Amino acid sequence: MEPLIKFTNIKEKSVLPGFGITVGFTILYLSLMVLIPISMLFIKTSALTWPQFWEVISAPRVVASYRLSFGASLLGALINAVFGFLVAWVLVRYPFPGKKIIDVLVDLPFALPTAVAGIALTTTYASNGVLGRFLEPLGIKAVFSPLGVVIALTFIGLPFVVRTLQPVLQDLDPEIEEAAACLGANRFKTFFQVILPAVFPALMTGFALAFARALGEYGSVIFISGNMPMRTEITPLLMITKLEQYDYTGATAIAVVMLVVSFSLLLTINLLQWWSHEDQPN
Amino acid sequence: MSTPIITEKKWLRILLTSISLLFMSLFLLVPLGTIFYAALQKGLLLYVTSLIEPDALAAIRLTLLTATIAVPINLIFGVCAAWAIAKFNFIGKQLLITLIDLPFTVSPVISGLIFVLLFGAQGFLGPWLIQHNIKILFAVPGIVLATIFITFPYVARELIPLMQAQGNDQEEAALTLGANGWQTFFHITLPNIRWGLLYGVILLNARAMGEFGAVSVVSGHIRGLTNTIPLHVEILYNEYNFVAAFAMASILALLALFTLVAKTVVEWKL
Amino acid sequence: MKTNKPQTWIQTALLTIGSILMIVMSIQAGQNITLLNVSYDPTREFYQDFNAAFAKYWEAKTQQKITINQSHGGSGKQARSVIDGLDADIVTLALAYDIDAISEKATLLPKNWQTRLPNNSSPYTSTIVFLVKKGNPKGIKDWGDLVKPGISVITPNPKTSGGARWNYLAAWGYALKQNGGDENKAKDFVARLYKNVPVLDSGARGSTTTFIERGIGDVLIAWENEALLSVTDIGKDKYEIVVPSVSILAEPPVALVDKNVDKHGTRALAEAYLNYLYSPEGQEISAKHHYRPRLASVAVKYANKFPKVTLFTMDELFGGWQKAQKTHFNDGGTFDQIYQH
Repeated sequence: MEPLIKFTNIKEKSVLPGFGITVGFTILYLSLMVLIPISMLFIKTSALTWPQFWEVISAPRVVASYRLSFGASLLGALINAVFGFLVAWVLVRYPFPGKKIIDVLVDLPFALPTAVAGIALTTTYASNGVLGRFLEPLGIKAVFSPLGVVIALTFIGLPFVVRTLQPVLQDLDPEIEEAAACLGANRFKTFFQVILPAVFPALMTGFALAFARALGEYGSVIFISGNMPMRTEITPLLMITKLEQYDYTGATAIAVVMLVVSFSLLLTINLLQWWSHEDQPN
Repeated sequence: MSTPIITEKKWLRILLTSISLLFMSLFLLVPLGTIFYAALQKGLLLYVTSLIEPDALAAIRLTLLTATIAVPINLIFGVCAAWAIAKFNFIGKQLLITLIDLPFTVSPVISGLIFVLLFGAQGFLGPWLIQHNIKILFAVPGIVLATIFITFPYVARELIPLMQAQGNDQEEAALTLGANGWQTFFHITLPNIRWGLLYGVILLNARAMGEFGAVSVVSGHIRGLTNTIPLHVEILYNEYNFVAAFAMASILALLALFTLVAKTVVEWKL
Repeated sequence: MKTNKPQTWIQTALLTIGSILMIVMSIQAGQNITLLNVSYDPTREFYQDFNAAFAKYWEAKTQQKITINQSHGGSGKQARSVIDGLDADIVTLALAYDIDAISEKATLLPKNWQTRLPNNSSPYTSTIVFLVKKGNPKGIKDWGDLVKPGISVITPNPKTSGGARWNYLAAWGYALKQNGGDENKAKDFVARLYKNVPVLDSGARGSTTTFIERGIGDVLIAWENEALLSVTDIGKDKYEIVVPSVSILAEPPVALVDKNVDKHGTRALAEAYLNYLYSPEGQEISAKHHYRPRLASVAVKYANKFPKVTLFTMDELFGGWQKAQKTHFNDGGTFDQIYQH
């Protein structure tokens, strides 16, 4: 392995040992556990011709599920962007009783199993639930509706924005804000023209992470959504439905679409993170 | 910490804090409370009996077994990958990082689906497995594999930025002093990353124990044999046994809370 | 500074993991003879009792201890799992089409499986009725009331639930009879009915939970056995059953899975298990769990429990399950057409 590496100049000169064994093992494990199984999706889908593939992934019910999955994920991520920013700001800047507990709880969606989250949210927001009973008279249906899906996806994405913003807000140099204040800017102006641009890359990263996480979410949504075709059916559920109709190629075709989108989002996130590190002075 | 000139007026601070707390309550605190309220609704005795029921115990055992296998394996991989990525620069490094992250964004349903395609009776390896009477899908190995896939990136993602931030200096110094690779790793690197490692393991464990979607596709739902705690919660829920369902759910909620507390302790040490 | 310390450390770890795995696997082997019964959603309580009774009967007869494992879920989903390799010795599903699919796609049992046991391999039957809140506040009397504006109907998703397909066809059958066999008018009726459905759960149980626990909907279209379970057990005194003018004869079939039982060597046991379903004891247990027994002697005992309904069959109105599945539930079938609008 060593001669090959030296010859082909794959890696930069380094003193540290273990390149061969660690990269080798990493690639082996990656292939076995991730690449080969995922390639099955593409292999299975290749049984379809391009026109057939297009027909499957553009069927009205499938398209309706994309609209819901994408739309609700986007909305959830936006809500998290706004309120997550707020929570991060409050946690970093203001003292208040119980702050430590709230800070710890932000990670709850990350640690709590999705099915548990699903039944908890459904029970809370059902028309006879603790919070749902207040929404009922207002005519708001929080379960078995697209709103329910948004609620579940907001829950799921909550930690991403907060946790991405907290370190950045903490590292903000107070001198910049003081300078702005000295130059006559009020707090609003300072916020929008000084602070927001500085944390924007991190905010975008958090938003993208919340969005990506929400797209594929299954466990917490199926309890609360109602699963009505064309109305409240998310794409992962549609995949399972196709599977249960013995339509494997249909299921894998949709899976391929979702995989391509996830992968693109992931690349975008990595680029965003690279961009935000470029901006921060080391 | 902030001087008055760059702090908002008091009323604004209170308003913003209240809105954040309201947001947190609506989405986190109330649902969390609902779990425990529903579990304990019919009293402590019923709560405890639901937990020691044979199928429930079997689910707990299976969940623990899955985690016991998935965590060490992904831990070893994570450390390996982090070493390769953080300590060296090579072509294709960015691609490798993205590929490692892939299970993180793939829908759990897809994760289960690919194992069905690979190991199912109609799948790629199906006939071979049947011939040799090896049961992967709808049995414990399938559940473990699906869980390993889902939790694949956790430790690696945690360690890579940490090791990159720490740099190579200490390791290089050790090498010049005559240590070999293993010694350097165990006596220099490992102590430096131990809190990040612990954090990664804690998160990995929580996710491994709580995974639902992927395991649901590959499990077969055989009561007492191939149901993990999350699947058992769904079964109980479907049998109108809400107290028992929330009782099991509360175990997972407690695990989640424990994870959060442990994480805070670790961060304090970092 | 021992240089072999890391190696032994890793070796020990691997050895430990390996031993744990071996212990676990050996515990799972060497147990009693086991049967795996893969069943559909609402039979949970029934098979719990039946399995206990059968195990006792078998042990008394042969001194052999047996364990029967159960798996439950939507009928279509369970069939899919068996096709993908779930090692069922016995399948007890909601409709013949799902077992046909296992035979067709995985050739695990012969095409003529349904003729091997009496009564089309259905030891008990059920039908489709309505469950409403006590006092019947919305005055639901028959199928026609379900399409009225403002009525909220709960029924599961026919794509995944067997019970949902029986519900769908029962409604369709009613409309056919009302309109002299006019398929278009029937489709129109069913479309209007589904407009009144706010949530489609994946299984019959999910729908019952939605109706009873979540309090959603004015009427639940349900298996008769689910409805009876609701009024006697879960939702005691809060619900009542409304029997429509006509309904469909639902025959949930049972079968042994030839390839699997031969592989496990459990054929004799599986056959005895299925035959026990037809025995007086088995029929009693089904009647207790609200299924209509086939055996005349038992049926007579429980005659008061099961209301009289005019029943039509799958074959007479729909030409059997293969045709019905293709026409109504496959991609592009009437259910899809209804939902595209």
